[in-house]
Amino acid sequence: MLLIEVIPNKCDFCGCCVGVCPEDAIELKEAEIKIIEDLCTNCSKCVWACPIEVLKFNKPQKKG
Amino acid sequence: MKNEYDVIVVGGGPAGSTAARFAVEQGASVLMLEKDRDIGYPVRCGEAVSRAGIEEFIEPDDAFISATIDKFGMVAPDGTEVVLPLEQIGYVLERRIFDYEVAKLAANKGAEIVTRAYVNGLLFEDKKVSGVKFEHKGEQHELKAKVVIAADGVESRVGRWAGIKTYIDFREMESCVQITASNIDVDPNTLLFYFGKDVAPEGYFWIFPKRNKSANIGLGVSGEIGKKKSAQKYLDEFMNNHYPNAPFLTQIAGGVPSSITLEKISAPGIILVGDAARQVNPLSGGGIVSGMIGGKIGGKIVGKAIKNNDLNHILTYDKAWGDRLGKRHEIFDRIKDGIYNFSDEKFNSIAHAFVKVPFEKRTLGKLFKTALLNKPSLLIDIAKVFIVK
Ligand SMILES: Cc1cc2nc3c(=O)[nH]c(=O)nc-3n(C[C@H](O)[C@H](O)[C@H](O)COP(=O)(O)OP(=O)(O)OC[C@H]3O[C@@H](n4cnc5c(N)ncnc54)[C@H](O)[C@@H]3O)c2cc1C
Ligand code: SF4
Ligand code: SF4
Repeated sequence: MLLIEVIPNKCDFCGCCVGVCPEDAIELKEAEIKIIEDLCTNCSKCVWACPIEVLKFNKPQKKG
Repeated sequence: MKNEYDVIVVGGGPAGSTAARFAVEQGASVLMLEKDRDIGYPVRCGEAVSRAGIEEFIEPDDAFISATIDKFGMVAPDGTEVVLPLEQIGYVLERRIFDYEVAKLAANKGAEIVTRAYVNGLLFEDKKVSGVKFEHKGEQHELKAKVVIAADGVESRVGRWAGIKTYIDFREMESCVQITASNIDVDPNTLLFYFGKDVAPEGYFWIFPKRNKSANIGLGVSGEIGKKKSAQKYLDEFMNNHYPNAPFLTQIAGGVPSSITLEKISAPGIILVGDAARQVNPLSGGGIVSGMIGGKIGGKIVGKAIKNNDLNHILTYDKAWGDRLGKRHEIFDRIKDGIYNFSDEKFNSIAHAFVKVPFEKRTLGKLFKTALLNKPSLLIDIAKVFIVK
């Protein structure tokens, strides 16, 4: 399950997150960012590397 | 566009353009693909370079020089400011124009350039890279090339697709924010650096003057710091304290890969140049000139490989880069680790000691020596960089 959230309309498309992602799980175009759920391991490195707080790690909801 | 090229360069920054130029000069057919609409924009850069650095590639021209630099200023955490003259003249560029001019040097020799071309995969033949896949105006294309030059900047995804480990540790990524502000009252010829844990922990905060009372103001923090507090928060605090009403002309985020060069920067059919290869000077964070040097070395080697129909020749690029700058960057990286961990008290004491040195006797080498008096092993590194040359 993808636990990393991209806050909409906040990204500057700078590439810091892509440069530290060990899984190549981030697709970054001129003005479009997407995390590829199948590749992402929710390691949060991208969250720490984002200079403008675009990415967020959401703790998994407890079931029941 | 042709059906096939000798060389396809991915990314139209200074490293990519320079690689394209030196490959095309040797007679190779070259296509450069850039994902953004414009070469040179957006500018994610403080734009400071040494004159000697860019002179190797292009005649300095007022059209792309925003300020001439002859002094370096350091502000310690307690506010003590030390200014020293630089032995070497520097510039603050107007990269929007500079990158254009550097690209034109390649274009005027015959390199083709296409913008809004987003490369999203590689082609392979017998495990050798043999071209690229890219999206252009909503359509997916494939193009063959004898050699691909990955110059895709801090993201560096292209090299990964060829099996090279290009991502860096999050602690080595300096995640930056910068504004270009106007109506800023700073010395128009001094690069100003602020140190200390409140303004820029484990790094520095910069104010680089630009023409007409404007300036690039920003900082980078490593991912380790970013866990607790983002670069944006540090910048907001600094601006509120120092320039609460400054008008912002632009505001950008950007990443400086502050590491040593990747272990491997070539593989069959592909080489990496510039930020993509992690060729930034890890001490200063400067990557314009070092990326162009990587582009020149790489472009020449690729051009020669094509000319002599000896594609294995591109694998000599790693050593050529190491000899020119790569090994030096390993020394810079050790100095960086020594300096950026200083306490505020240490920065203050360095500044206090250095203000006593007469202005004309102040040199960067001396400043580093003062800073590292009780770290003899690093002093040897400094000597290698500043004295032995
Ligand atoms: C905030 C900040 C301040 C800096 N200050 C300085 C400074 O003062 N002095 C200095 O020397 N250096 C500085 N640097 C570093 C400098 O900006 C870089 O080292 C330099 O731009 C590297 O050049 P490059 O050609 O390797 O990469 P870039 O200039 O980043 O160019 C890479 C290009 O590739 C394109 N691209 C990426 N992926 C793809 C794809 N899939 N398909 C097609 N195109 C793609 C990008 O759009 C981009 O145009 C700073 C960096 C930052 C972030
Ligand atoms: S959480 Fe980790 S794997 Fe997922 S996108 Fe971020 S850096 Fe990549
Ligand atoms: S680091 Fe942040 S601003 Fe930069 S591309 Fe990633 S999400 Fe966007």
